[in-house]
Amino acid sequence: MGRILASVALLAVLAASPLRAAEPLVADLSDHLVAITTGFSGADVLLFGATDQEGDVVVVVRGASRRVIMHRKSRVLGVWVNTASMTFDRVPSFYAVAASRPLDLIAGEQVLSRHELGLENVRLDLPRAKASPNVAKQWRDALLRNQAKANLYQTVIRPVSFLGNRLFRAEFHLPANVPTGAYQVQVYLLHDGRMISAQTTPLIVSKIGLQAEVYDFAQNQGALYGVIAILIALVAGWLGNVAFRRS
Amino acid sequence: MQIYLPIAEISVNVLILLGLGGGIGFLSGLFGVGGGFLMTPLLIFIGIPPAVAVGTEANQIVASSVSGVLAHWRRGNVDLKMGIILTVGGFVGSSLGVWLFAFLREIGQVDLVIRLSYVFFLGVIGALMLVESLRSLRRRRSTTASLKKLHKHNWLHGLPLKMRFQQSKLYISALLPLAVGFVVGVLAAIMGVGGGFIMVPAMIYLLGMPTVVVVGTSLFQIIFVTANVTFLQAYANQTVDVILALLLLSGAVIGAQLGAKAGARLHGEHLRVLLAVMVLGVCGKLFYDLLSTPVDLYAIGTGGH
Repeated sequence: MGRILASVALLAVLAASPLRAAEPLVADLSDHLVAITTGFSGADVLLFGATDQEGDVVVVVRGASRRVIMHRKSRVLGVWVNTASMTFDRVPSFYAVAASRPLDLIAGEQVLSRHELGLENVRLDLPRAKASPNVAKQWRDALLRNQAKANLYQTVIRPVSFLGNRLFRAEFHLPANVPTGAYQVQVYLLHDGRMISAQTTPLIVSKIGLQAEVYDFAQNQGALYGVIAILIALVAGWLGNVAFRRS
Repeated sequence: MQIYLPIAEISVNVLILLGLGGGIGFLSGLFGVGGGFLMTPLLIFIGIPPAVAVGTEANQIVASSVSGVLAHWRRGNVDLKMGIILTVGGFVGSSLGVWLFAFLREIGQVDLVIRLSYVFFLGVIGALMLVESLRSLRRRRSTTASLKKLHKHNWLHGLPLKMRFQQSKLYISALLPLAVGFVVGVLAAIMGVGGGFIMVPAMIYLLGMPTVVVVGTSLFQIIFVTANVTFLQAYANQTVDVILALLLLSGAVIGAQLGAKAGARLHGEHLRVLLAVMVLGVCGKLFYDLLSTPVDLYAIGTGGH
């Protein structure tokens, strides 16, 4: 409810403000924090914005970059074993795109690739010394395939819908297994295949409450965490035994 | 009803976890084994990262073993001296195992080693158990009474450091239980099991302990070894999910008590045949997975940070 109110308020501000005319593109999220709580089973992220001229809008949600190691299996003595591995240094932990029209109608190959619009344009370079271009492509495709299978790279381009011809909205779904971290939501305004304006707004995906406390405790005080885990188990085992002896 | 697990970092249905805990707790109470050899593969199957499955399962086994050992303790079925020596071996083994686990994770081979260990140990133990229990079932039918020696004597009884274990009616080298404890410790750390399914046959056939004290004594050792694994995994690898462990053990503690009651009404030999068939089933499934062509030859590693 709060989120809808906030969105409505935002829309009202965007629509009513003639001062914004100087800016070709304004957009904001209904909420900059996705809180992973105990009952977390995924979340929707809503983006609202306005443009001051005709054009296409593309929105990209990117997770924080991290290092990813990939393995390839081959058969050794009849058993499938990891025999090769490759390290990608900078891999976005999450990637999703929304666009007002199919990407290839919005802009040419060059523009899409420069701004990393669309899954096939995400930059995932391997050191050239380690992999020739066609080998690198196999690893890259495998990485995209695996991330897509985990729902972390969304293969379906979501719609950017216009309300009137100036206001637009886009909605993204973050799955339950979404990685935590600082995300970036990039909004682009294009016209006739040329980039007119761009804006980036942050999105934080973070564990909150009990989840965060347990995680931080495990990370920062592993020894104490281990002792407490054992104590809980001892008490639980004893309780179970006592409860059933009485009955 | 979904719950987000803070260390495993995935969202799982609470009822699935309670059901898993209860069902496997029942089996563990029934057969007197920890159930880890079933639980860890199932956790991995529902999407828990293998490292978290192994660390968390160790934590859960602490609870189910305490629950079980108290019942055996009251009936005087724990050989304390034997238990302590098994535990010493287990501490060394499990510490080495946790370190080995971290190393295998680093080089990307931990999944393979977990699976191969399961296939090997479950296959050997399951086959031995099946043959032995079927044979004793047949024997019981044909001949009613045959005088039997307490246990066979072989070269193992010539080892030094002999000790008397009064409760087990044994006079054997302390090196034997130390070695058994050590091996079980390593496996506990790598496979996320208590190791009962290996220790119990080893105690009967290798050490020659009387069956009455075997289960209680093995549970005694398992408590300390899995506690050690829990501590080291939490300290070195941060892979113990207490929320997951709590959900599993609340199901398991209840299941284990029900299982123990059901077990009292069944014949020992029948139980062993059932257990052997189940062990071989899990083994077969894992072996098949190793041999069949994977859907995707490429996979994202779980090692790097």
